[in-house]
Amino acid sequence: MAETTTPGSGPTQPATNGPAGPGERAGIDLEIKQQHRWYRRSEVVVPVVLVTLGLSLLAIVPAPTGRFQSQFSPGREVSFGWDYFFHLIPQMLRGLYTTARATVLGFLIAATLGLVMAMLRRSQNRFLSLPVAFVIEFIRSTPILVQMFFAQVLVRAVDWISVNAIVILFVVLGIHYATYASEAYRAGINSVPKGQWEAAIALNLDPVTKWTRIIIPQAIPNVLPTLGNYLVAAFKDAPIGDAILSTAGVLFFANTIRAEDFRPVEPYLLIGVGFLLVSLPAAWLVRRLEERIEYERD
Amino acid sequence: MSVTDADPRDVSEKGAASVRFRSVDKAFGPLTVLEDLHLDVEPGERVVVIGPSGSGKTTILRVTMTLEHIDAGTIEIGGQHLYHEPTSSGQLRPASERHMRKVRSNIGMVFQHFNLFPHMSAIENVMLAPVKVHGASRDEAQHKGMELLAKVGLSEHANHTPGQLSGGQKQRVAIARALATSPSVMLFDEVTSALDPELVGDVLNVLRDIAEEGRTTMMLVTHEMGFAREIADRILMFDKGRIVESGPPSQVLDDPQQERTRAFLGAVADH
Repeated sequence: MAETTTPGSGPTQPATNGPAGPGERAGIDLEIKQQHRWYRRSEVVVPVVLVTLGLSLLAIVPAPTGRFQSQFSPGREVSFGWDYFFHLIPQMLRGLYTTARATVLGFLIAATLGLVMAMLRRSQNRFLSLPVAFVIEFIRSTPILVQMFFAQVLVRAVDWISVNAIVILFVVLGIHYATYASEAYRAGINSVPKGQWEAAIALNLDPVTKWTRIIIPQAIPNVLPTLGNYLVAAFKDAPIGDAILSTAGVLFFANTIRAEDFRPVEPYLLIGVGFLLVSLPAAWLVRRLEERIEYERD
Repeated sequence: MSVTDADPRDVSEKGAASVRFRSVDKAFGPLTVLEDLHLDVEPGERVVVIGPSGSGKTTILRVTMTLEHIDAGTIEIGGQHLYHEPTSSGQLRPASERHMRKVRSNIGMVFQHFNLFPHMSAIENVMLAPVKVHGASRDEAQHKGMELLAKVGLSEHANHTPGQLSGGQKQRVAIARALATSPSVMLFDEVTSALDPELVGDVLNVLRDIAEEGRTTMMLVTHEMGFAREIADRILMFDKGRIVESGPPSQVLDDPQQERTRAFLGAVADH
């Protein structure tokens, strides 16, 4: 077996030759084609950039303020009126905007703080990794509802902290989802096969090259869809702030209208539609993203 | 085709380095895999390690590459300690990361499962370390990379990712990648074990070429006994963390002195 030269048969080009003598082959100055990695493919980059831009705009521009109020009072004779329903839409959108904005700001915290937590938890230093692991587990295993109450009481009890309710909301959302994001990052990093780490040692790569060229490009495709799912989940948790902190989001809108006009059906139904309008496309985007960043593994 | 008639020491003046193991111990928990290992590999020498699975033969390569760290003893590459560095008073202390990286840059390794970077093309895999670690310009690295890919017969596949290559092609890219930094010592860990039988020949041919050039010391773990006989200056029979028998292929393979070697060779021949 060792004496025979078997022509290699590649799946793409069956006419592969055996090894040739040094320098005998043409094509030494072949032009290098940039590989179509997921972060260079336009069908991945364009939606990601657009979504990021949209979300940033949302984070920067606050919703118009003012109380929620209906301009006409619904009749007493029916329990549901389409006129009233449609009439409420602009105000619902205002509330939805505030909810979405708190979600995005919170998620900015979650995505960055989560990476820091994941790194700290990986640390060799137990005085760092153990407390961080404890904090992550503690926050993950307590409900965000309780955490929101706790944050509110904490902020109200401390004199020198005076912040907007919306700030409490997105900070709590951010910290809560940071713990989930950190687990996603950790899983993504751990999903990079052991052989890749060993190859990095064998090639004597420095830590920066190892992380930026080998580990992170392979970990992120596994992390992005999970982060996307958490973004949608955080959006659905954001109305808790309306209930506890009275932030002017969608739920606060519905509660206000019900209290004013004694008509619960239209506003609550309306915010359900509002959530659907945001969550469905978002979930669809995440799924598409997931499909597009798949690539062949070694 | 045989290369055993070429004396490796004639062409070892450039680059090839010695490897010296002294009292090396390595255990995984209660399992001892290397026990008081003493071994000298001369510059340019081609040493093939054989032995049953679990005998610790792969661990010799892995501790030399620092993929696993040794528990006790010393390893020197070209006279430089790998796991230790001398203090001003001549004592040895555990090596700093920096020192280990410096010594390690003389070593290259090819893995059983290739471990190519799947998100990079063949040529990018080959160019990465020269550019990022050894400070080569992209042009230099690309030129040398293409030469190496030509040498392993894969010029046309330079722009293909590992996913587009067959196992044998992947392994040849992996060899080119390891050669790209011109290591003084090359470690080959069962490089044909994961390949379909009809693809093994190409990879072995590449190894023969490297051996013929003789610019690097080679340590190979393999189950290809025919190839071992052809390429090795010395064969080490390894069992239970110890070298059972050592000598030229004609002695170890044809006239083994130890009962354990005879039993192993008999078992391999049965296959």
